[in-house]
Amino acid sequence: MLVFVVKKLLNAALVMLAVSFLAFLIFQLAGDPVDMMSSEQSTQADRDLLRERLGLNDNFLVQYVRFVANAAQGNFGISYRNGQEVLGLIADRFPATMELVLVATVLSLLIGLPLGILTAIKRGTWYSEILQFASIIGVSLPSFVVGILLILVFSVTLGILPAFGRGEVVELGWWSTGFLTKSGLMALILPSISLSLYQVTLIMRLVRAEMLEVMRSDYVKFARARGIPRHRIYFRHALRNCLMPVVTLTAMNIGTLIAFALITETVFQWPGMGMLFIQAVTFIDIPVMAAYLCIVALIFVFLNTMVDITYAVIDPRLRDAK
Amino acid sequence: MLDATPSCLEVRNLVVEFPGRHGTVTALNDITLDIRPGEILGVVGESGAGKSMTGAAILGLLERPGRIAGGEISLAGRRIDGLGDRAMEKVRGREIGAIFQDPLTSLNPLFTVGAQLSETIRQHIPGTSRAQARARAVELLQEVGIPAPQERVDHFPHQFSGGMRQRVVIALALAARPKLIIADEPTTALDVSIQAQITGLLRKLCKEHDTAVMLVTHDMGVIAETADRVAVMYAGRLIEIGPVEDVLKSPAHPYTRGLMASIPALGARVRTLHQIDGAMPRLNAIPAGCAFNPRCTLAGPRCRRNRPDLIPTRSGQAACWLYEGGVE
Ligand SMILES: Nc1ncnc2c1ncn2[C@@H]1O[C@H](COP(=O)(O)OP(=O)(O)OP(=O)(O)O)[C@@H](O)[C@H]1O
Ligand SMILES: [Mg+2]
Repeated sequence: MLVFVVKKLLNAALVMLAVSFLAFLIFQLAGDPVDMMSSEQSTQADRDLLRERLGLNDNFLVQYVRFVANAAQGNFGISYRNGQEVLGLIADRFPATMELVLVATVLSLLIGLPLGILTAIKRGTWYSEILQFASIIGVSLPSFVVGILLILVFSVTLGILPAFGRGEVVELGWWSTGFLTKSGLMALILPSISLSLYQVTLIMRLVRAEMLEVMRSDYVKFARARGIPRHRIYFRHALRNCLMPVVTLTAMNIGTLIAFALITETVFQWPGMGMLFIQAVTFIDIPVMAAYLCIVALIFVFLNTMVDITYAVIDPRLRDAK
Repeated sequence: MLDATPSCLEVRNLVVEFPGRHGTVTALNDITLDIRPGEILGVVGESGAGKSMTGAAILGLLERPGRIAGGEISLAGRRIDGLGDRAMEKVRGREIGAIFQDPLTSLNPLFTVGAQLSETIRQHIPGTSRAQARARAVELLQEVGIPAPQERVDHFPHQFSGGMRQRVVIALALAARPKLIIADEPTTALDVSIQAQITGLLRKLCKEHDTAVMLVTHDMGVIAETADRVAVMYAGRLIEIGPVEDVLKSPAHPYTRGLMASIPALGARVRTLHQIDGAMPRLNAIPAGCAFNPRCTLAGPRCRRNRPDLIPTRSGQAACWLYEGGVE
């Protein structure tokens, strides 16, 4: 087990190195930062000094190693746009995105899992057919359309839920949370529904397909022949065997949700990392873009590693694998 | 029945049908058989003859839309056909144990064998504590010949070899001391060298506990060594049943004779198969009269007209007009 974990961690480190190289390349391709940072009036001497200070005179490899070393310590440099620490900027926005993604993920599991089980074990009934059909619509609706529809209905027409912003937040150290105030919670409802709708249908369809597959397996037939009651077979024997793909999908989706939250964040004016990234793109704020890339990748890689380890916990066969 | 011992399993005129778009298919037609406590009934027949279907019907596990359309199934004098799902859950595992073909896939890979044994024990013997169930699980593993059962009880299925897994499956089938075991080709998926051990174990345990066994197999060697009586099935019907020596050495039904002749004699090197011409009819194209008549070298006009029921022969029964007034 320990060897397994160490191996996975090494893998993760390698992937991060590759990503950081890509992020570093963005700097190289984006043109001369000295041009972007200096004003019309600055002299050649000023520019040379800046160039020296930024370490741009060193060769490519030295610059890359320095970039990685700095990034590993959380130092992504200074925003071209407003001269603030990039890490600080991201840390400000990170809680907003994470809370949104967390709620969306929990929602998708809480709704998707039971619906998937229901449509599998009640296959052929009218309500399971309707749910199946509805899930196709869910998969094919773009999330910004869902977001705009939700705003139209609940904010504009009914006027019961806020259409933008995070509401009031409470600071817990550097983390700002919307979970502790009523307006914060109200503000979470629409964006998290619009972000999770696609995931709900995805999880429902996955669970349904897996359940049907497992219900056909020999060990389920044998469990029936041993006189194990149906509900126990569904919820103990079958469901547990379905969990692996669900765990993978959920974890991978957290990554995807973070990346795609920028659409939802734009629709709902949610002050998260996605909005920060969009602003960075419009200003060609390279350090922010590079940091965003590295951090999103880090989250992906972290989740991936957790998935691999969770697999080993769920499935005993993988524990002994060399 | 010559013997006065009451039967454990009694199947009377069992009919199983599959309603379908192109009419109803009769998968089992008028099956009558019984098994006494401690007796092992071997069931043989070509692929698709209905052997597994008979087991599934007894267990109440017919796949939809299959249903029992006629006849009776009784276990120790109690009717069990037509019981609801809930009631059958108490019969399956508790009174009838089942063993399937593939030990590699019969066990849930995510639970230890101990957990699966305890689950079965606690399901059928209410009031058993976890500790008691575990102790019983160890005992059962011991009984089926698993070395170091104390340790093995906490192992997962993938940590056992195929033969060992089939032993675990047998332990599971025996967990609640059922009256009847239905073993559907329990050794087919196993290595030849282990097959004899497994059937030997099955025989020993059932004799010890006076458990009746319905043993489905394609292997006449297994039948010869294990079974007390043999039932031969053909196209969803039972065509011969009798003591094992007689059915193997001097089969009464022409089909059984062909079946036995197509099996190389024990120890014989030359594998000349005296196979029967033709193939078993599909269930929706069974000829009138005796289902076997188109392939039978002895068939007469009567065989094409009327279907023979099981007719007493010297020591058993055969569904053939040869034993009641001839084929003309
Ligand atoms: N769902 C179904 N609908 C119609 N007929 C079916 C269905 N399932 C099985 N049958 C038929 O029932 C018959 C009996 O099948 P069964 O599995 O009992 O054969 P078997 O004797 O066990 O054969 P094998 O030796 O290959 O295991 C087969 O001819 C099969 O075509
Ligand atoms: Mg079969």
